[in-house]
Amino acid sequence: MIDTATRKGTRDNAAVGKNGADPVNLRAPGSIEAYRADFERQPAAPEWLRSLRAEGMARFEALGFPTKNEDWHFTSVAPIAEQSFRTAMINKAGVSSEGSTAGMVAAADLRRFTFDQPTWHTLVFVNGEFSENLSSYAGLGEKVRVNSLAKAIHSGVGRPERHLGKIAVFDNHAFTALNTAFIRDGAFVELQADAVVDQPIHLIFVAEGQGEAVSHPRNLIVAAQNSRASIIESYICVRDNLYFTNAVTEISLGEGAHIDHYKIQLESEKSFHVGTTQIRQARDSQLHSFSYAVGGSLARTNIYTSLDGDAATCTLNGLYLTDGVQHIDNQTSIEHIAPNCPSHEVYKGVLDGRSHGVFNGKVYVHPEAQKTDGKQSNNNLLLSPSARVDTKPQLEIFADDVKCTHGATVGRLDEVAMFYLNSRGIGRESARTLLTYAFAADVLETIELKPLREQLERLVLARFAGSES
Amino acid sequence: MSSGIEALVNREYAYGFVTDIETDTVPAGLNEGIIRLISAKKNEPEFMLEWRLKAYRRWLTMKEPHWGNVKYPPIDYNSLVYYSAPKSVKPLQSLDEVDPELLRTYQKLGISLNEQKMLAGVAVDAIFDSVSVGTTMREELGKLGIIFCSFGEAVQTHPELIEKYLGTVVPHSDNFFAALNAAVFSDGSFAYVPKGVKCPMELSTYFRINSANTGQFERTLIIADEGASVSYLEGCTAPKRDENQLHAAVVELIALDNATVKYSTVQNWYSGDAEGKGGIYNFVTKRGKCAGVNSKISWTQVETGSAITWKYPSVILQGDNSVGEFYSVAVVNKKQQADTGTKMIHIGKNTRSTIVSKGISAGEGNNSYRGLVRVLPKATGARNYTQCDSMLIGNKCGANTFPYIEVQNNTATLEHEASTSKIGEDQIFYCKQRGVSAEHAVSMIVSGFCREVFKELPMEFAVEAQQLLGITLEGSVG
Amino acid sequence: MGPNGSGKSTLAQVLAGNPTYEVTRGTVSYNGQNLLEMDPEVRAQNGIFLAFQYPVEIPGVSIAYFLRSAYNEIRKANGMEEIDPLEFLDLVEDKLKLVDMDQALLSRSVNQGFSGGEKKRNEIFQMAVLSPRLAILDETDSGLDIDALRIVAQGVNTLRSPENATIVVTHYQRLLNYIVPDFVHVIANGRIVKSGGKELAFELEEKGYDWLQNVGADAGAAA
Repeated sequence: MIDTATRKGTRDNAAVGKNGADPVNLRAPGSIEAYRADFERQPAAPEWLRSLRAEGMARFEALGFPTKNEDWHFTSVAPIAEQSFRTAMINKAGVSSEGSTAGMVAAADLRRFTFDQPTWHTLVFVNGEFSENLSSYAGLGEKVRVNSLAKAIHSGVGRPERHLGKIAVFDNHAFTALNTAFIRDGAFVELQADAVVDQPIHLIFVAEGQGEAVSHPRNLIVAAQNSRASIIESYICVRDNLYFTNAVTEISLGEGAHIDHYKIQLESEKSFHVGTTQIRQARDSQLHSFSYAVGGSLARTNIYTSLDGDAATCTLNGLYLTDGVQHIDNQTSIEHIAPNCPSHEVYKGVLDGRSHGVFNGKVYVHPEAQKTDGKQSNNNLLLSPSARVDTKPQLEIFADDVKCTHGATVGRLDEVAMFYLNSRGIGRESARTLLTYAFAADVLETIELKPLREQLERLVLARFAGSES
Repeated sequence: MSSGIEALVNREYAYGFVTDIETDTVPAGLNEGIIRLISAKKNEPEFMLEWRLKAYRRWLTMKEPHWGNVKYPPIDYNSLVYYSAPKSVKPLQSLDEVDPELLRTYQKLGISLNEQKMLAGVAVDAIFDSVSVGTTMREELGKLGIIFCSFGEAVQTHPELIEKYLGTVVPHSDNFFAALNAAVFSDGSFAYVPKGVKCPMELSTYFRINSANTGQFERTLIIADEGASVSYLEGCTAPKRDENQLHAAVVELIALDNATVKYSTVQNWYSGDAEGKGGIYNFVTKRGKCAGVNSKISWTQVETGSAITWKYPSVILQGDNSVGEFYSVAVVNKKQQADTGTKMIHIGKNTRSTIVSKGISAGEGNNSYRGLVRVLPKATGARNYTQCDSMLIGNKCGANTFPYIEVQNNTATLEHEASTSKIGEDQIFYCKQRGVSAEHAVSMIVSGFCREVFKELPMEFAVEAQQLLGITLEGSVG
Repeated sequence: MGPNGSGKSTLAQVLAGNPTYEVTRGTVSYNGQNLLEMDPEVRAQNGIFLAFQYPVEIPGVSIAYFLRSAYNEIRKANGMEEIDPLEFLDLVEDKLKLVDMDQALLSRSVNQGFSGGEKKRNEIFQMAVLSPRLAILDETDSGLDIDALRIVAQGVNTLRSPENATIVVTHYQRLLNYIVPDFVHVIANGRIVKSGGKELAFELEEKGYDWLQNVGADAGAAA
């Protein structure tokens, strides 16, 4: 007869062996302990925040860094887990002091990231900390309040605790849990009912790039009913160094609210970036999201929205451009909870060098979400023989009266089109630039904010033309 | 939707009878002794026993996979019976020697091992609880040098072919269920088509699980040598029983240079009752290897039965210019669950693959398409086209699509399209306005939806598949 | 006839039994039977045919199979023998000519990839095969060019006989140049506001619907 006990034992070992097939142990206790140490050293905070942070830390410790599961099928976070980053500010002074790091970054450093739009409301964060000196956001109108989250926490204005951690849930998201453990600063944007912000609100997160530092910016955007605004988050660096940005943005859209959200990820090529934008949408609300991801040696952008109310709509578009040995992963999730919601999604990728691009788009239709109309597509262009792309568009549908489609393509430049251009006297290099640009520009055209669209078009064109972007 | 369709509810599973036949059964449970016993009963050469034991030892270290989108209670592998054969399994010279009770079973199933079928030009091997009970048309095939017999017999008569090809596509260590199969499989079908021979008729196997508490672990191996071609059909049924029965088969296909293998399945294992009680767990590993240049392997499956279906007929496109195809219709009703799809692994240059999957979910069924298309760095010029459509009938079912596309060569071209929608009320009304009954309208619309797959099936199978589809969906629209 | 939104198509759909319409009051008597109690397929089996304004696509189902199924189910319901595919083919050949369509039509999927004109001709073709007692043509003329219109009208005229009746629902008088009606009823706001002979159609063409709509609105308000 079989020895059940023995077999059980062996199987358990096998399980560990299989998951642990990765060369590193992703639980990397060393680095998790470093996070714990920094967590303990955080300066005093209100009771609600202390307990929220503690929940985040406990959850992060329980989850560990993600191993190869469905959400991280194509991306290994080993490079992040192996590194012991120190929390940016605490490492310096042990306590927070307004503007302590801002001196490292000058307004001139930021000029090329501000789209030459002096009228935009700009909030600058250096290593995750708000910099009053570098920011300018006057004249927002009385229905709009924009504040540093740290200030709001300190003063209690706007009571951020009503929303923080309610939208960006972290039961299963280690990086969101980690960010929650270190909630300290970021932008807090409140739009009262019917508020309309004419000029975009631009949040710039600058990594000053000294020391192997991690920052955990946390943004909260609360848009009450029928309010309207365009919000841009730019992630940039002033030095090409190794650091880690672990950002979380929570957005609540009230009934009929309309938010255009742009995420521009231009991190250093040596850096790591994990950013999650999580949105909840009430009835008739509209979300237009655009993600532009070109930076980081290992970068992951999550855009998750939940269509909670009838006839809420969302558009999630994105463009990712990779080169060298970059690894850029884009994950989106659209959860159709209420009926009659249309969702549209187009992500495009252009992959060069030995880089690796990933797209994982999930559309989940709950049983009550009848009359869902979901369209999703992901197109990838491989420019080099060593570039690699993995795409996984997925549909999970539990309502019957729905129309959902998705499509994915992978290919290289169309030889026929190349030939056509060549035959008109356009050289191979120019033709390649032109066609690559045309592929990418297609999705850039969906950006409604003209100066931003034009700037990104310039950046993309310059990149494909081979000059510095 | 319509009262007319309600009348369709719950037609009985037509193949749910139990055949009372004397069987030779080994004790329940699994250990090396049982494996030695199975191997001895089959009078196998040493290499087979060694291979089985290697697989068994490997299996002990493996964990039952649970990444599929299916749910079921734990399986107690020690309570299963791993070998059950109709008594008197001595080589049969003619059909007269087959147990008349067994022949009646096959007649009830609508397949006959007799003249009729021969006239239809189909060579049939029938597997009854893991053991092959007769192969027809052998003489005609023999003249062409085609070997078509039970796996057990092939081990005796052509051990060199078995030793050369067994496990070369699905290794003994491939996955939990494949390893279990390698350890305990008791029979299956074997076909070898020699160089340059086009098999002139469809080869066919009918599988049936009869005994209670028996796992069926058959293994099929089909080899098309250089320039050969063969089309193979597989059909399955099982009696109605309250217990779940495990079916963990392995199919290996090999196509050498310029060879073609077409493999068609109509799977109608017992699916359990409306409460989800009973039914077959169909955990199957099917894989083909396009080993040679210009070779082609094509899978067509119509999956209407089983409580749970978990299978991914795949193609390894190794030879340059080789072609892989997967055409699938998967239907779930009642509480059935299916997680099925394919893998196309592009290794050779200019390899092409096509995937067409049609999923139909009704009742409280849950249907998932899971497919992998992988283009490896050397697969220059690889192409894939995937189309994956789901239809929902009723609001308690689910339809999921999980495509994995992994590309490591920039000369590859891949297209994936998927859609999910409900069966059209307007379509049903249009049909009814023309005088067509609701039940006929549903089956007509669904058949139309699946037409691209049905047209890949050999004619007589296509008719059977359409009928099964109709039966499976009965009562699904209320 | 009637202006847009007057309820013409609703009437057509209700007569055919479209389940998305709920009849809240009123009766429909057809050959002495209560039509509203019948399922749509039973109405069809009793000789009611609706030529759809927007014919529905059924991918993968050939016209031949679709129409033969309909034909045989209607026969069966009327106690007649079903006919086999070959007999059916003979039967439909003439009817195809009637609408100037090719045999190739039979193997195409129902309405899939059809142009607007083809869809409408296909409806008339089906009507010809099923030879209904009461045919309802719902805006069959909309979106047709003059040639297609002529073909459709010719089909309808050929099928006209003392044993059957046709209700032509239209917005324009144009079709009535080709199909001469015995009666013209004008619907506005869900009720018949004026009836007359074919000359009423010409009057409408000249004066438009406005003068009648007011009548309808008054009537509607009064009701």
